[in-house]
Amino acid sequence: MKSRSVSFWLFLTPTLLALTLVVFFPFIYGFIFSFTDWNGLTASEFIGFSNYIDAFKDKEFLDAIIFTIMFAIVSIILVNIIGLGLALLVTQKLKSSNLLRTVFFMPNLIGGLILGFIWQFIFVSAFDAIGSVLGIEALQGWLSTTETGFWGLVILNTWQYAGYIMIIYIAYLESVPKELIEAAEIDGASAFQRFWRVKFPLVAPAFTISLFLTLSNAFKLYDQNLALTNGGPYNSTQMLAMEIYNTAFSDYDMAYAQSKAVIFFILVATIALTQVYFNKKREVDL
Amino acid sequence: MRGKRRSKIILEILGVLLALIWLSPFYLMIVNAFKTKNGIFTDILGLPEEWTVDNFKQAFIDLDFLSSFTNSVIVSVGSVALIILFSSMAGYALARNKTKLSGIIFMVFVAAMLIPFQSVMIPLISIFGEVNMLNIQGLIFMYLGFGASLSIFLYHGAMASIPVSLDEAATIDGANKWQVFWKIVFPMLKPISVTVMILNLIWIWNDYLLPSLVLSADTATLPLKMFFFFGQYTKQWHLALAGLTIAIIPVIIVYFFAQKHIIEGVTEGAVK
Repeated sequence: MKSRSVSFWLFLTPTLLALTLVVFFPFIYGFIFSFTDWNGLTASEFIGFSNYIDAFKDKEFLDAIIFTIMFAIVSIILVNIIGLGLALLVTQKLKSSNLLRTVFFMPNLIGGLILGFIWQFIFVSAFDAIGSVLGIEALQGWLSTTETGFWGLVILNTWQYAGYIMIIYIAYLESVPKELIEAAEIDGASAFQRFWRVKFPLVAPAFTISLFLTLSNAFKLYDQNLALTNGGPYNSTQMLAMEIYNTAFSDYDMAYAQSKAVIFFILVATIALTQVYFNKKREVDL
Repeated sequence: MRGKRRSKIILEILGVLLALIWLSPFYLMIVNAFKTKNGIFTDILGLPEEWTVDNFKQAFIDLDFLSSFTNSVIVSVGSVALIILFSSMAGYALARNKTKLSGIIFMVFVAAMLIPFQSVMIPLISIFGEVNMLNIQGLIFMYLGFGASLSIFLYHGAMASIPVSLDEAATIDGANKWQVFWKIVFPMLKPISVTVMILNLIWIWNDYLLPSLVLSADTATLPLKMFFFFGQYTKQWHLALAGLTIAIIPVIIVYFFAQKHIIEGVTEGAVK
């Protein structure tokens, strides 16, 4: 297909048009308006970097960044350990392997909003009931404090996302040649050694993928946050995506919200580009 | 060998226990959806003492289930159909054209994946609002824009395994580009089309944020309606849980029949 040919462009037009109007144009438009006092309809003045300067002095925004980073760190660790654990379990050729895989993955098919509502019931009502049956006070009053809100989000996210990350680890674990494992077994390697010395190095690429997927997922989390805690109590469990949303659609401070959205883009894009860098580096090493 | 067998049994038991823990939120949702308000108050963890389906009747009506389900189907099926149709065409054109320009356009599509939704959300809604496109048609067009990048990327990759000689043979037989693509190439892309369909369907069916900004109450999709419904029944868990159960049932039915394809599709989308 030649670049000059009409058919090349006809084949590309629908997606190029949609991408331009839906992603690129709003992106550039928003970038420009983040330097003004735009209120969503009109902008009267160009005000330079002052939205950005305000954003970095905005306690709520900074709190949201810190909360999101803490959430991301804890999530990455838990999701990956549990995801890998589940993957190792279901690749043991158990009778229930297929069933287990189906069950662990299931939460990922259901929307974050619905999952958040279900877990709100669990944390608020079921935890309370279990707590009073077993006499554990720590299970009472969940989601009413910042800590329980934080751990509530972590538990929900881990429960949902571990099954997704499991799928990625399974794909890599199953690609490890059987002969290699058998050879190691014949040479007298223990189960632990077979994992650590043979499987682990071959599965290493899955770690890069899973780490970054978990990280960018944690940064973009919105629906679960909205349904589970709605940022409460007192906005103390508000994550970045929600903080930007509220600045725009509760405070109607559009230009200011857009400057935060640009900062958000820089954070997320940096994470993604770091991943690309590591992937390329590994390909060179191999 | 005996030790090995024993450890297998231990692993089986561990697996089943974990699966039960994983399913426990759904268990609590379903049993409590069948209880009366008092039933939940007296016992949350056990089975209902008296089963009631009144909650479901009420939730079905309040969720406007038939209408919100239909809206969800229209949005999801419409968007996914357009994404498959247009992304496969673009992936084909870009993969078969080896010029620098084609490479640049492909990179532009890939680069768009770096831009998170929240970074374009505010101007997007403002622009589409000004041209009166905050409706179902506008929403489907937006999903095409947000879904195209990954889908083109997947189609572009799959094209590598379809030999150019097939195109050439068809061209010699007198087929034009359009016919070559739809009669020869597109049918061979079926496996990747299934992947593209699954990935986009899961995401669009469950999406809340974008429809909440674009649609009005009379065209609300299921997640959107769920949000209003839940706000209405915050302290009435028996109704809220019945509504959540109803909203999940369609997804579970599809998962039951297509789980192999779904898990394969998700794996392919994530690993590439």
